Amino acid sequence: MAKVLVVTSGKGGVGKTTTTAALGAALAQRGDKVVVVDFDVGLRNLDLVMGAERRVVFDLINVVQGVAKLPQALIKDKRLENLWLLPASQTRDKDALTEEGVGKVIDELRARFDWVICDSPAGIERGASMAMRFADEAVIVTNPEVSSVRDSDRIIGMLDSKTVRAEKGERVEKHILITRYDPSRAARGEMLTIDDILEILATPLLGIIPESQDVLKASNVGTPVTLSNADGAPARAYMDAAKRLCGENVTMHVPAERRGLMDRLLRRRAA
Amino acid sequence: MEAAVKPQRQMVRLRGRSYVAFVFTPTVPVQDWLHEIDATIARSPGFFAGRPVVIDLSSVDLSQSGIGHLLASLQDRNIRVLGIEGVEEARLTPMMPPLLSGGRSCMVEPSAPKKPETKTETKPTSLLLENPVRSGQTVIFPEGDVTILGSVGSGAEVVAGGSIHVYGALRGRAMAGVNGRTSARIYCQKIEAELLAIDGFYQTADDIDAALRGRPAQAWLQGNTMRITALN
Repeated sequence: MAKVLVVTSGKGGVGKTTTTAALGAALAQRGDKVVVVDFDVGLRNLDLVMGAERRVVFDLINVVQGVAKLPQALIKDKRLENLWLLPASQTRDKDALTEEGVGKVIDELRARFDWVICDSPAGIERGASMAMRFADEAVIVTNPEVSSVRDSDRIIGMLDSKTVRAEKGERVEKHILITRYDPSRAARGEMLTIDDILEILATPLLGIIPESQDVLKASNVGTPVTLSNADGAPARAYMDAAKRLCGENVTMHVPAERRGLMDRLLRRRAA
Repeated sequence: MEAAVKPQRQMVRLRGRSYVAFVFTPTVPVQDWLHEIDATIARSPGFFAGRPVVIDLSSVDLSQSGIGHLLASLQDRNIRVLGIEGVEEARLTPMMPPLLSGGRSCMVEPSAPKKPETKTETKPTSLLLENPVRSGQTVIFPEGDVTILGSVGSGAEVVAGGSIHVYGALRGRAMAGVNGRTSARIYCQKIEAELLAIDGFYQTADDIDAALRGRPAQAWLQGNTMRITALN
């Protein structure tokens, strides 16, 4: 049974595209057939993060408008056999997305894949609402800071009211994914704690991704972080999150600060 | 050294706007027509009050002084004329309302007072919400009390005619007693509200005593001041 998963946040720059690529790759590595769909029409990025930008011919808008057929627009990943990308258009804007057209594309994707992962644009306007419209599950990407958490709260409200499932009286299953979690700043009390975030959002936690240089490096070379450095902390956190999405029970690790001996000996510079 | 201040140019903004106006079509004899108007005013005083009125002179042939007389007669009845149509411009003086053209007819809804509906079913006087109220959502219930089992998110708004009960954290805005019910109160398990208001008297987060933050609290009106105290 195919599942449509939207990766959304409200706020920009929190890591939606990185998360889409990483979760997509992680689920594909587990053997599921996965397509990642870029809904950020006009500001597409997912093709870059997936390293497929040189092979884009047709895009989501072409398929929505019936200019191209779905198989023409799907791009197969070079590293993983069962991972595909449906890119967004860079030259159009989000008004080109019609509900009817998007619904048809999603239905076609459901028939072909196990997971349809929709990368939502930031904001709450047409692009974001179309990305979540047909979702069965949602991953809400949140940074440990107040503005991001409040925007996530707003998005959860929309998931509960503006999706097809919500309008039918069913529920969209929601998960919180905390990204850019910095253990040293958390220890100094400079960030919202995990408990604070979960208390405010009242939604179950899918995973905690630590802030890491791995993520930036992976984006720059166009590889999902779960493939580029599979042993790194962010990759392992994303793999765990993918397992939880599949219903496995994996214990949650809150990333802790690793301090060297010298750090501990020289804790503080005297004034 | 003095810096010369250039006068800023004021931008002129032009906007179009359309209004619905009554169109009067006087008939001859004009005197009888005026009696008809008088009768209408006698039946419902204030029928024309505050309404824009346009006179259509196409079915009468009045001279310039005749038009002036008609306008004066209407003025005596407290009817102010917005414009005139159906006459050559030459017959109007500059003091008269301007000539209009291109009007389209539309339905004017009768403003007769509606009879109060005599429904026997009683409306519920309280609203229960089992889910959290999320940022950006608004709950409006002027009929009575609102009870929320979850939290009210930052940037959410709850408006109630009666009291507001929040069994989670109140981080958004709560406005109770909006229809002038001064006895309304706001209760919450954890007060982190952005704004509390009862019958229009409000306090923002800044005004709320910092010692109360995060604690169970209630707010009520004492005269014209809002009191907020801890519940335990």
